[in-house]
Amino acid sequence: MTMISQDAAAPLVADEAGGLHRRSLPARFLDFIRHQPLGTVGIVMVGIVLVAGIGADWIAPYDPTANDFAAMMQSPSWAHLLGTDQFGRDILSRIIYGARTALIVGLSTAMIGGAGGLLLGVASAYFGGRLDLLVQRALDVLMAFPLIIMALAVVAAFGTGVRNVIIALTIPLIPRCARVVRSSALAIREVPYVDAARACGFSHSRIILRHMVPNVVAPFLIVVTAAVGQAILAEAALSYLGLGVQEPVPDWGLMLQGGAEEYAVTAPWIAIFPGLAIMLAVFGVNIFGDALRDALDPKLRER
Amino acid sequence: MTGDDMYRYLIKRILLIVPTLFGAATLVFFLMRLIPGDICVIRLGSGGTSFTEQALSECHAALGLDRPLWLQFIHFIWGFCRLDLGTSMWSGRPVAYEIATRFPVSLEIAVFATVIAVIIAIPLGTISALKQNSWTDLAVRTFAIAGIATPSFWIGIVSLLAVLNLTQYFFGQPWMPPINYVSVWQHPLRSMSIVILPAVTVGYRYSAVVMRMTRSAMLEVLREDYIRTARAKGLVNRIIVNRHGLKNAMLPVVTVIGIEFAFLIGGLVVTETVFNLNGIGRLLVQAIGNQDYTLTQGIVMLIVTIFVLTNLVVDVLYAWLDPRIRFA
Repeated sequence: MTMISQDAAAPLVADEAGGLHRRSLPARFLDFIRHQPLGTVGIVMVGIVLVAGIGADWIAPYDPTANDFAAMMQSPSWAHLLGTDQFGRDILSRIIYGARTALIVGLSTAMIGGAGGLLLGVASAYFGGRLDLLVQRALDVLMAFPLIIMALAVVAAFGTGVRNVIIALTIPLIPRCARVVRSSALAIREVPYVDAARACGFSHSRIILRHMVPNVVAPFLIVVTAAVGQAILAEAALSYLGLGVQEPVPDWGLMLQGGAEEYAVTAPWIAIFPGLAIMLAVFGVNIFGDALRDALDPKLRER
Repeated sequence: MTGDDMYRYLIKRILLIVPTLFGAATLVFFLMRLIPGDICVIRLGSGGTSFTEQALSECHAALGLDRPLWLQFIHFIWGFCRLDLGTSMWSGRPVAYEIATRFPVSLEIAVFATVIAVIIAIPLGTISALKQNSWTDLAVRTFAIAGIATPSFWIGIVSLLAVLNLTQYFFGQPWMPPINYVSVWQHPLRSMSIVILPAVTVGYRYSAVVMRMTRSAMLEVLREDYIRTARAKGLVNRIIVNRHGLKNAMLPVVTVIGIEFAFLIGGLVVTETVFNLNGIGRLLVQAIGNQDYTLTQGIVMLIVTIFVLTNLVVDVLYAWLDPRIRFA
């Protein structure tokens, strides 16, 4: 345990002669790969999704929304690497563009919900007393309310589409994030430097933002990373139910709806590849999150 | 830990349920009324028929929708307090009856999924912890993370596809699980054949969560002094793992099993859609689509109550088993 964590913590190691030297970047990189094989895979996978999402316009071989009735339900070939769907649209291109939708939904949900949860959690812990009690009860309610029902209600009220999916998924994320942040912030509230800041007469917002928030960043980042994956999954489920992103926007969940099930026997590739895309993307985000947790929390580094 | 402390904790914990249930009731009541649409318009106008203004107001009066909002709200809350969920605005049958006919499928899926999850997760999680950082560990962890990353409805689609193709290949005749639910008490085999695929679908994700918890709890416990003592005493490894390790690691694992079970009931909407099963999840979607306020409220309150009660049981069990909690 000690050897590994020291390696990771400080790039200074003793060489055979006993002298200290700073290890080169490639060496540290190789070290990371050796000790965190899963984390490395995660980073690569997240990288692929990012590149696909950002560079979809240049990478995708076809227009993701263009119907080609001469090439309907073609099995994977050199022309269409992952085949075509029932409208003749190229599945690979739709998956590449779908990464963009997944990224937009996953990242915005995690950022907006995370920021809300962070402020609520820290404020609740900092002020304590009645406000804390009130906030906690409100969070209890939101936690008990199943995610899918909240999403159904938001979509039913405001309509479908990317923006409303983000709203629907952000609301249930706030309490989950606030819970974790609050429990860390409660411990920090008792630390002398917060007392000192208060004694100096700093404003509440300054104490919260400058002294408390930076200290709960580690657990916060872990929750937020996990939230990206969960948001991508939940978005796929909503779109699959017809409550999320609408045609013709290329979206992984949407690709599994309708034709995918109808033609599952004759054209299984329509159903298989978009699901694989979701799985691999969320898989990547999750192991990236695990590696991040290990890096941020030294107590866990060993596990 | 005296019985008195436990008693006080129990009272406090039970009292905390009231505001949660009340909050959830308020939330669902007003959320439903925010959604644009009118059940009377849907009912009268189905099939494109035209209707008069008078018929609409008669319908509103019959369903009690002409009363002021606060009166409707009090009526709903008072009904819930008396465990009376009212009658469905759509079918006219009691909400309790509607739920009772649809609930068994969902419950059976949830119970089977839990069984599958526990059977897979606890042994694998333990092995993974015992062989930390080995290839076995890596494989189990990959399997678990994949379980959390895979959309359950996709596993549903793919597993249906696999069953179709395999039966076609081996028996020359494609087979699909039946969709008309029969109770496990009437036809155990037929009931199982309906529920097993959805249960595996949901159970995989569930087992992944439990597996990760088992692994990390086991790792923590295996570092404790009493494990070292047990080893020093020369106990057999199996006894150390089973009696000293697992028993102590089970606490957080049981918590996760409980919480996930509660989530499961609320999350069956998608699975039931994939497998065409008429469970509570699809009933909820239909109820929202029909603007059936009473039925939606009833189902949401049922799901929230299950969630809250499961959490209560888990918390109380936890406090009972681990005295440190009660003083926190």
